[in-house]
Amino acid sequence: MEVGPTCHYVMGGVEVDADTGAAVVPGLFAAGEVAGGMHGSNRLGGNSLSDLLVFGRRSGLGAAAYVDELGTDHPAVAEEDLADTTAAARAPLEREAGENPYTVHHELQDTMNDLVGIIRRGSEIEEALEILDKLRDRVANVRSEGGTIYNPGWHLALDLRNMLLVSESIARAALEREESRGGHTRDDFPDMSPEWRKVNLVVSLRDGRVRLRQRAVDPLRPDLLELFEHEELTKYLTKDELAADATAKEEL
Amino acid sequence: MATERTFRVWRGDDDGELAEYRVEVNEGEVVLDVLHRLQATQVPDLAVRWNCKAGKCGSCSVEINGRPRLSCMARMSTFDPDETIIVTPMRTFPVIRDLVCDVSYNYQKAREIPSFTPDPKTEPGDFRMYQADVGRPQEFRKCIECFLCQNVCHVIRDHEENKENFSGPRFLMRVAELEMHPEDTADRRNIAQEDFGLGYCNITKCCTEVCPENIRITDNSLIPLKERVADRRYDPVVWLGSKIGLRKGADTPMVPNTRPGREAEE
Ligand SMILES: Cc1cc2nc3c(=O)[nH]c(=O)nc-3n(C[C@H](O)[C@H](O)[C@H](O)COP(=O)(O)OP(=O)(O)OC[C@H]3O[C@@H](n4cnc5c(N)ncnc54)[C@H](O)[C@@H]3O)c2cc1C
Ligand code: SF4
Ligand code: SF4
Ligand code: FES
Repeated sequence: MEVGPTCHYVMGGVEVDADTGAAVVPGLFAAGEVAGGMHGSNRLGGNSLSDLLVFGRRSGLGAAAYVDELGTDHPAVAEEDLADTTAAARAPLEREAGENPYTVHHELQDTMNDLVGIIRRGSEIEEALEILDKLRDRVANVRSEGGTIYNPGWHLALDLRNMLLVSESIARAALEREESRGGHTRDDFPDMSPEWRKVNLVVSLRDGRVRLRQRAVDPLRPDLLELFEHEELTKYLTKDELAADATAKEEL
Repeated sequence: MATERTFRVWRGDDDGELAEYRVEVNEGEVVLDVLHRLQATQVPDLAVRWNCKAGKCGSCSVEINGRPRLSCMARMSTFDPDETIIVTPMRTFPVIRDLVCDVSYNYQKAREIPSFTPDPKTEPGDFRMYQADVGRPQEFRKCIECFLCQNVCHVIRDHEENKENFSGPRFLMRVAELEMHPEDTADRRNIAQEDFGLGYCNITKCCTEVCPENIRITDNSLIPLKERVADRRYDPVVWLGSKIGLRKGADTPMVPNTRPGREAEE
């Protein structure tokens, strides 16, 4: 029997407002595993279910309120956007020649598994980014056989574009974050860094390319910090931070 | 160690046909792995439904050499090395394409069953149940809704005309589960017979035979449900009770507006 590691959860995802589930894109709402920010660097066992229940409800209410607020003023889909999207979706089916999407998919999987996997190293992530860059043209030119009814090869051709974007986002952020924390382990930066705890990495799409920015995280409120046992905090705070925390508590 | 094997796979819709392929098979693989390799290397548009590859989502149901099975749980090592493997979609449901069926029939039947109906006066935490009463339905809750039992049952497998009036083993089992629940107040015995077609079942146990969760559908749900229905319909005391009006209105009807055409009839 073959035993190997597999993906269990994605920490990080669509940036949303915690109260309404609203994303930065107007009218887009996200809840659950696809939404980011809830679980920090490491989701604890069982916490996904409670996330789904709480934030599923909030997002549903948020989306309903958003639609109510619009009243009769619903934004219309531009005809040319529809035409563009349809053309882009049909393109792999209409191409005379092009690569098999499964071949490109396997290469993407191997790249991410081998170079941006569980234990990461700066030089390897850089190598991955170079390969992803070369995959971009190939992803854009895959060809699908068959029609539009239940056609997995065509679905893969469409998914590949998003898989590539998500892969690039993960690799770029993993390269930037020079520390080890939660699910992110850097062989070349094995320690947790108090500086990085204050930073979130936000990626967005700008002119078809992934843009990466750092954003300051609000510090954890002292009253919330107090709810955690010391043992638990050692997993997320460095020795210096813990010492500072202890002094602050004594002063209270 | 890789070997090359012969697969015959259904291509097209209800009027499709078997196509033959030679495909690589590696140690430890299951039929679904091989179908995926076929997709990746020879037939990229081969329609296959799957999700978990762990026998728990119930989406990869097909017929392998005529036997209804989960393709993700069908080990290649259980076939002879030179055996041709024939994979076809479930026969009882319309084919969307290749190995993928439209299983809406099952969702339709699920909607018709009145849901759990506790006494409205009870609050959460009020139920006091014997462990045996808790344990009995646990077996039925293992169901992964693969619909292999529905597919194999002869009542509908070759009898499209029975589909309207027969809910199939999976959903008769659901009725049985609710009937056995000590806190359920609805009486589903009449609709089990009249609307869900329990009488069509002649306890061949084919459903039990193919269930990947090894649920003893026939012995533990269908037969006990038949016994309860017999009590309700043929017990002389109950019969007398219903004649003199003691049981009036006690039979729970099936969920209204769920069966197309039914309302117009009544
Ligand atoms: C093996 C395993 C065990 C786990 N065990 C636990 C546990 O014990 N406790 C716990 O709390 N968490 C557990 N988790 C995590 C938890 O199960 C998931 O985080 C959670 O189910 C995610 O739910 P979701 O609704 O956010 O997303 P999903 O359940 O992934 O739902 C996303 C849905 O979107 C659909 N979709 C995708 N693309 C499209 C599209 N283009 N158009 C339309 N629909 C689309 C998908 O088909 C899917 O139905 C486990 C995860 C794994 C993998
Ligand atoms: S036991 Fe009844 S429900 Fe099960 S396959 Fe036989 S006839 Fe169908
Ligand atoms: S009872 Fe068994 S065979 Fe029938 S749907 Fe459930 S798991 Fe599948
Ligand atoms: S893929 Fe989920 S049961 Fe086979």
